[in-house]
Amino acid sequence: MRVSWQGGEPVASDGARSEGGRKLSQVAEFDSVGLRYGTGAEVLRDLDFRLANGGFYFLTGPSGAGKTSLLKLLYLAQRPTRGRIRLFGEELSEAPRDSLPQFRRRIGVVFQDFRLIRHLSAFDNVALPLRIAGATEEQVEGPVREMLAWVGLADRASARPPTLSGGEQQRVAIARAVINRPDLLVADEPTGNVDAEMAQRLLHLFSSLNRLGTTVVVATHDVGLISATPGAKLIRLENGAVADPTGSLRNPPQPARGAS
Amino acid sequence: MFAWLFASPSEARLLGDARLRGPTAWVIAIMSFSIVVIAAAGLALATTAGTLGEAIQARYSVEAPGGGSDVGTLLAAVRTAPGVITAQAVSETEMRRTLERWLGPAAQSPDLPVPALINFDVADGAKLQAIQARVQTVAPAATVTSHREAVGPLLHSLRVLQWVAFGLVLLLSAAASAAVVLAARGALDTHRFTIEVMHGIGATDEQVTNLFQRKIAIDAFVGSVAGALAAAAVLLLLSAGAAFAGELTGGATLSGLDLLILALLPLALTALATWVARQAVLATLRKAL
Repeated sequence: MRVSWQGGEPVASDGARSEGGRKLSQVAEFDSVGLRYGTGAEVLRDLDFRLANGGFYFLTGPSGAGKTSLLKLLYLAQRPTRGRIRLFGEELSEAPRDSLPQFRRRIGVVFQDFRLIRHLSAFDNVALPLRIAGATEEQVEGPVREMLAWVGLADRASARPPTLSGGEQQRVAIARAVINRPDLLVADEPTGNVDAEMAQRLLHLFSSLNRLGTTVVVATHDVGLISATPGAKLIRLENGAVADPTGSLRNPPQPARGAS
Repeated sequence: MFAWLFASPSEARLLGDARLRGPTAWVIAIMSFSIVVIAAAGLALATTAGTLGEAIQARYSVEAPGGGSDVGTLLAAVRTAPGVITAQAVSETEMRRTLERWLGPAAQSPDLPVPALINFDVADGAKLQAIQARVQTVAPAATVTSHREAVGPLLHSLRVLQWVAFGLVLLLSAAASAAVVLAARGALDTHRFTIEVMHGIGATDEQVTNLFQRKIAIDAFVGSVAGALAAAAVLLLLSAGAAFAGELTGGATLSGLDLLILALLPLALTALATWVARQAVLATLRKAL
């Protein structure tokens, strides 16, 4: 069942399923995964963890710990140099590249640098995943308008990214990531450029998607965001390795005073 | 099969509105112009060589020194020789007019001896020795020469030039292909970010390739048709002035089939450019994850 949007909210989901239609218990499984760029040292090492289907995860850690590299592995922009990664029940570490697009369509990504196409309008940027998936213009129009309205950009639909503020660009990026109601949503610092109110709305959107079955992974330094999501689990990275392999850091830390 | 040619407005927007701004259409127009002109020359040479080859295949000449007082007798002897199908005497006036091209007014001088000349065609299996013997009974000094041997070097040159022209067409096509590869790679570099985003969202190589293939196909079509039209105008001007190989080859012409081939060349160039662009784009995309 695919998503439909009503009032900016996803209204239907049945969670991630394998190619055979079987409901998955794990969306992602990392076994002894390592990653190095070129001949340099490993930026990620010995990653062993599972992401449960329908889970909400925060990925934290200091700058340079490897969060973005780990997200790249999750959204199939990078292959591991060792170990095995299973996504949606399929071993994808060495899968032929022709098979990857069908999995990428099940993953929504909010990039740290937004990655909006500059010469396309906000509408076209948000509509891109639907069009790539083969939706007709009639199928695209309604959901994209609603999505833009929900992120507060209904009147900026025809604006191009260079004319949008950083926060507006980020909202377009988020709208694009969730428009297809992905099985897995990966977000890299999604609230870095938005105000506190919009951050809460975006978190609400992520939570709504999560309640309906989307597995959400958010890389963030925003302690407020983490504390506002009580059921979420933490994955802390340090020096390219999961710092809490026992899973004892399940309870999010309290926000720093004054943090939004 | 050709669905990729028809882009929706949203697909067209993905690569921006850069059509005809780049050099691809212009390069292909120049290549198309050159290819059509050279191909026309090659086809005209081929037609001329074919016509000439057929004409001289069974044609011979009898040349009797000393002129034409006995041309009638000689002509009768040739016509009655075994195996001769037709025979015609070349008038002295015509020969002097021909010689005038090289000798100028001196060709008309009565002091210049002009031999009697008779052209004749023979049937298959005719025995040249028997014809020569018959001729020499009325003109002992007469010699029989084969047009095939006399014109052979010219015919050979025409054939060589014809193949040189076709070789040039292939070379220009290869050069056009190389230009398209460079243009495709340039376009990929220009739109690398868009491609990365599309791939990240789940676009297949086929979807990305179709965008570039469509753009290059349109540029190639516009360029090759424009180049071919310019070439057609030039060829028409040349033929109107009877300069197009006229004097050299005896009035080379293009047959209906030749014109059809020339008309199809821009389409063939478009198809080649599109195919080459597709392969170049696919090869580049496969290097990325």
